Amino acid sequence: MRIFSKAKNNIFKITVICSLALALFIGCSRDNKAADNNSITIKGSDTMVHLTSAWSEAFMTANSNYEVSVTGGGSGTGIAALLNGTTDICMASRKMKQKELDIASQKGFNIKEIVVALDGIAVIVNPENPINEMTVEQIGKIYKGAYENWGQLGAPKEKIIVLARESSSGTYVFFQEHVLKKADYTTKARLMPATSSVIQSVSSDKWAIGYVGLGYALDAKVKVKVIAVKRDADATPVLPSSKTVKSGEYSIARPLHLYVNYDAPEVVNAFIDYCLGEEGQKIVNDSGYVTVK
Amino acid sequence: MKKIVTKEKSIKLIMLLAASTSIFIVLLIFLFLAKEAAPFIFKPGLSELFTARWVPVSFQKESFGILPLVTGSLLVTIIATLIAVPIGVCGAIYISEVATSGERRFLKPFIELLAGIPSVVIGFFGLTVLAPLVKSAFGLQTGLNALTGALLLALMAIPTIVSISEDAIRSVPKSYKEGSLALGASRLETIWKVTTPAALPGIIAASMLGMGRVVGETMAVMMVTGNAAQITASPLESVRTMTATIAAEMGEVPFGSVHYRALFCVGIVLLLLTFTINIIAQRALKKYRDI
Repeated sequence: MRIFSKAKNNIFKITVICSLALALFIGCSRDNKAADNNSITIKGSDTMVHLTSAWSEAFMTANSNYEVSVTGGGSGTGIAALLNGTTDICMASRKMKQKELDIASQKGFNIKEIVVALDGIAVIVNPENPINEMTVEQIGKIYKGAYENWGQLGAPKEKIIVLARESSSGTYVFFQEHVLKKADYTTKARLMPATSSVIQSVSSDKWAIGYVGLGYALDAKVKVKVIAVKRDADATPVLPSSKTVKSGEYSIARPLHLYVNYDAPEVVNAFIDYCLGEEGQKIVNDSGYVTVK
Repeated sequence: MKKIVTKEKSIKLIMLLAASTSIFIVLLIFLFLAKEAAPFIFKPGLSELFTARWVPVSFQKESFGILPLVTGSLLVTIIATLIAVPIGVCGAIYISEVATSGERRFLKPFIELLAGIPSVVIGFFGLTVLAPLVKSAFGLQTGLNALTGALLLALMAIPTIVSISEDAIRSVPKSYKEGSLALGASRLETIWKVTTPAALPGIIAASMLGMGRVVGETMAVMMVTGNAAQITASPLESVRTMTATIAAEMGEVPFGSVHYRALFCVGIVLLLLTFTINIIAQRALKKYRDI
């Protein structure tokens, strides 16, 4: 009898634990829809996490009653989250695709696009590579697989190691559209899971070529060489910098966006106004990006 | 008394439920994968899967051929198995038959420690230490290739192979060894011609389980294989595995798109592959228990 009463006790405990766990689960799944009155969730482009975190910290210091949480995952992840209603603001380093806009209108969302900063994409090679400048077309040919040897560009005859980002990255799509002119990447391109892996590989592999955001390239200046890009064969080569990106002289640059719903709560609009305001744009400059104003 | 019987029955039922959760969950996973992947059969059609191009993001034409991913996974797995099995089995024989008890006490915990290192840490080690080594050893331009991935995976499979093989070798009845020694065989002959063959089904099972670990490993391979989706048999080329593809692309993919369905198809193929490997391992283990 003793044993059974003990067993009964255990069953009771298990039941209590299970129901508590269940309650917790239901509770959590209910409030993942974010956006109460005072909190904002932001999700999306890994490129923009650093910048948006800086904004949100400054914003929270200025308005202590608000709470902002920022997570990365890639532009596509952020857009998916916005369309699923699990985030208030989506950061995206590319424009929304038609497919995604269609899903938005199907779900009855009315989505607003705000350009908050500009970013130049730097093409990098190993410091020992003799090449200093290339045209956009030449870079495109390397990534398309038309050029497979540095010899074709007037450098020593060595095989080109092509490094790209994973296809989930906004940079991948932007580069494909503006440098490859919408052609497919060569199947030999190595798709790196993170910007830091691209820099790591270019700095250690003598004949590699890669691309990274301007901010990252400036930080890694000692380890890699930034290529000066020519718009076409006759143009002057331009190195990426805040100045040349803003003036439009540097040709591989992109706008960074925030996407929100038109009927977003007041606090979301306050945050966006802050980003576009004087203080917000100063943060853009400090983070290695280029201001929009 | 009747009360006790019902209690006993209910407890038995609860334990049965607990024991069958894993079957239930495996079934659920299968159903879920199948449900998410199914629309792929109707829209681009299954034949799309058997093409040789994996180009999920394109302005021209998206293409979801999983052949480069399957061959990538197979190449890495085969090389890793070829490296890990001899090392693992020799290690197991040494630990169970040759080593003194002091050596055993020293070796075993370290091998088990190796099993406990998180794969992302191993991947980081691969990226910064192993890849440059492979690069200079083979005179390559970059160390991001199938071989580096396979070496890392071998490292992760060895503990599994060693500990299960060792169990198998140790459980060979003592009478076999004594008989062999009594007939005048040397210790080495006994190990190679009696003990190891008797433990062979267990060793095969160990190798298959190690292989299962290799096929399913994600993070370490994603960091060092370079992830280029090309069909190649050369270990010094970059390959893209099925696991790395799912991990890298699942986050971005628009819910319900063809790409999303294709990733679930990749998941099913991967699951079937590990399932087959596990079944072979189970069969081998069963045979060895029957002896």
